Amino acid sequence: MLEAGRHPNINLLAYSEVKSVTGKAGNFTVKVLKKARYVDEKECTSCGKCVEKCPKKVPNEFELGLDKRKAIYLYFPQGIPAVVTIDTENCIYFATGKCKVCEKFCEKKAIDFEQKDETITLHPGAIIVATGFDMYDPTHLSQYGYGKYKNVITSLEYERLICAFGPKKGELLRPSDEKHAEVIGYIQCVGSRSLKDNRFCSSVCCMHATKEAMLAREHNPRAQSTIFYTDFRAFGKGFQKYIKRGEEEYGIKYIRSRVAEITEDEEQNPVIWYEDTKSRMVKSKKVDLVVLATALVPRKDVSGLAKVLGVELDEYKFFKTDPFTPTDTTKSGIFAAGYCQAPLDIPECVAQASAAAQRAANVVLLERKQSGQLRSQETPARTQSDTTSS
Amino acid sequence: MNELRIGVFVCKCGSNIAGFIDVPAVAEYAKGLPGVVFARHNLYSCSESGTQTIKDSIREHNLNRVVVAACTPRTHEPVFRAACEDEGLNQFLFEFVNIREHCSWVHMQERELATQKAKELVRMGVARVALLEPGEMTEVEVIPSALVIGGGISGITAATALGSMGLKVILAEREKELGGMLNDLYKLYPTGEDAREFLDKRIKTLKKFKNVEILTSSEIKDIEGYIGNYNVIIKEGKKEKDYKVGTIILATGALTYKPKKVSKGKSLFNYDGKNVITQIQLENRLIKGLKEKKVVMIQCAGSRVPERIYCSRICCMTAIKNGMLLKKANKDAEVTILYRDLQTYGTDYEDELREAKKAGVKFIRYSKEKPPSVDKKKKFVSVHHELLGRNIEIPFDLVVLSTPLIAHSDVKKLSQKLKVPVDEHGFFLEAHVKLRPLEFATDGVFICGCAHWPADITESISQALGATSKAAIPLLNLKVTVEPIISYVDEEKCTGCGICEENCPYAAITKDPETKKAKVTEVICKGCGICASNCPEQAIDIKHYKDEQFSAQLKAAFEEVKT
Repeated sequence: MLEAGRHPNINLLAYSEVKSVTGKAGNFTVKVLKKARYVDEKECTSCGKCVEKCPKKVPNEFELGLDKRKAIYLYFPQGIPAVVTIDTENCIYFATGKCKVCEKFCEKKAIDFEQKDETITLHPGAIIVATGFDMYDPTHLSQYGYGKYKNVITSLEYERLICAFGPKKGELLRPSDEKHAEVIGYIQCVGSRSLKDNRFCSSVCCMHATKEAMLAREHNPRAQSTIFYTDFRAFGKGFQKYIKRGEEEYGIKYIRSRVAEITEDEEQNPVIWYEDTKSRMVKSKKVDLVVLATALVPRKDVSGLAKVLGVELDEYKFFKTDPFTPTDTTKSGIFAAGYCQAPLDIPECVAQASAAAQRAANVVLLERKQSGQLRSQETPARTQSDTTSS
Repeated sequence: MNELRIGVFVCKCGSNIAGFIDVPAVAEYAKGLPGVVFARHNLYSCSESGTQTIKDSIREHNLNRVVVAACTPRTHEPVFRAACEDEGLNQFLFEFVNIREHCSWVHMQERELATQKAKELVRMGVARVALLEPGEMTEVEVIPSALVIGGGISGITAATALGSMGLKVILAEREKELGGMLNDLYKLYPTGEDAREFLDKRIKTLKKFKNVEILTSSEIKDIEGYIGNYNVIIKEGKKEKDYKVGTIILATGALTYKPKKVSKGKSLFNYDGKNVITQIQLENRLIKGLKEKKVVMIQCAGSRVPERIYCSRICCMTAIKNGMLLKKANKDAEVTILYRDLQTYGTDYEDELREAKKAGVKFIRYSKEKPPSVDKKKKFVSVHHELLGRNIEIPFDLVVLSTPLIAHSDVKKLSQKLKVPVDEHGFFLEAHVKLRPLEFATDGVFICGCAHWPADITESISQALGATSKAAIPLLNLKVTVEPIISYVDEEKCTGCGICEENCPYAAITKDPETKKAKVTEVICKGCGICASNCPEQAIDIKHYKDEQFSAQLKAAFEEVKT
């Protein structure tokens, strides 16, 4: 993030939305709505004084509502660019015309209530889509009791709880009674590999469950973790070694089972009911906390973006690419990288982002050559995938 | 040396520092330190007005050294270095002291002690800055051509992409023909495309580029040099030729594990290469048409076992694809896949798995404790069926073992020549497993495809394009810039023992064959300091981090505070 933020060739437009795309490969015209932060980005040093003084508290989206933020806020501590934003829906001044506490305390005079949304016009030669994913909401999967039982949480909520700068400062306190969770059950394939929900495998959950269980033990040597899985998918570099370490050094138990139901005892401890396919028995296990490895799904707003870009989505609403031209979308000059085009984990996303960069650079080089701006004598040429629609 | 004129700027960082440290007191204290001619505090040193103050002060007070005590160099050092350069002060005569992360944020409850610590940190910084020397960024010219080693799908993709960017490329393949493992395949998943046709199309595209030189039956005899300037000797057939390239992409692929045939005793699942064969042998037979009807496939044959604990990633999909092909070719074919965990990750593969089940391919899970056994006389595979809780016997005409991809034997030689590491299984080891999957710690060399780790065609193509992107950057820039924070050797003291050469993780230091002294290749050196700390003669020092600079800093740390 830092590297991207500091790179002299990168113009970072955060808090912005792509509104329209016209033109073609080599010469697009893109209109971007840069939303008003009501803060001068150049002046704000994110010192945090305004945040401290702001009287309005609202649920913190970044912390998945597990704690509160102010109406003027930094999205998250290491965020780039490091500038605060006023949330006009919750700001007292925007509601009542009175307050302006932030303005009073800002020593840099960076608060600007008159700031307006801006539309910026860009002329890129190529476009890369890297919009990632959303977490699947498991509330309607009533068998797991998410939303009904306080001590059933999602893996992302777990990540926030155990994070040192998270809402509980890294203490693994379960929601019902703030007791340290020691016996933890991780349920895999929640909403994925399922004909009722998402047919696909999210590809990363087996490994992140293992990592989460390891963290639990590192935080508390008495922690006992059990992972309930369908097929254990540890196919990446060093992954099998990692789960072996999980089993041997961190005492993680792996049980092959599709969990049937979660109930709750009178002390709000979740009880996991499952069929152990190895012993062919229906069993139950009482735990302090259940972590649901919910599916990672295409973003809710992705259809709108695809329409703006004029590219197709696949049947799951991932950006459509061809298996053998893996970063080319259905429109020349527009490329996709990362989870927005199919489930991938971090190293593959990084590799693919470089791949998309190569494809995009090729378009730009070709355009420059044609307009006579290229130093090199050689001609960048179209490859096959440029000329055939994939 | 001219008279020292040090300026010290202590930052409040709003309340981040000033909230917990008496910043004016620290600035006042700095005024009394040796060599300091000017000191002040700023509300935000990093803001426009803050850097302007620094610039103005350099000019007005004729400063020749600058210390900023503020936040972290990771984000802000470039800002202050630039401010110095703007006023004609060499950027390496600047020292950053972190009194936020290292002080105010960790001592929020102890204002007095934190203030004292900040003074001490500033004192250390001043002692160090006094001994700093100016340095210049050096630029090294880059030969704008690349070498791609390996002509499988990864190498073909990389060479095509580099070629299409107008760069000169040498593609070296050890076999007589391009294509690598694709030459042995029948049809590809998930598209069902014919492997031969797919390969031919890709080779045809590659051959359109006149700037790509394709060498087959070739061997890398020697490589020396560094990013921008490699000398490579390639033996093509019988003739040897020298090439000069700027960057190198490794795309040497992998092999499929072939179990040993044993005349007496037992081979892996009774492998014999006839009735018990590997998946790649099956591909070959599929090209010719398969007679056998009852086929049993055994997954994880030779992988996820103690001697090879890894999962080879692509075998489940290969088995499912071949199972489907058998069913399509012959409706009466009976295909059973014995697996441990099915690795049909992502979207297409899960669908393919469902299709296979629908088409009647049987899937039976086995555990590592109770693996299947192949009875060649009675022609059945016996396996413990977990859901039934008993052993079952599956008759077969053909058993197909899904054996893993393993590293090429010549990876080792190449890794030694290029001084890049390999992992415990013989695959090339990247710089960072998550964030730098296509690079090595050594600049200028990149990795893609199965030489890195088992990958399917889609993944190999992605990686090859990614590696191309990385390899093309210096070639298009025509130069690389190197910071002068690098090691240098005092030849008088050097005894040529070679410890530094052995320990350098970047292959930046070598013994000069003539002088028998250690020699630093500046463009590769990252200034990590391992050579300097290991040198028994103290003949090596790191520019900008010299021993005397550290010593002065340490001495200052333990001086009594005179306030």
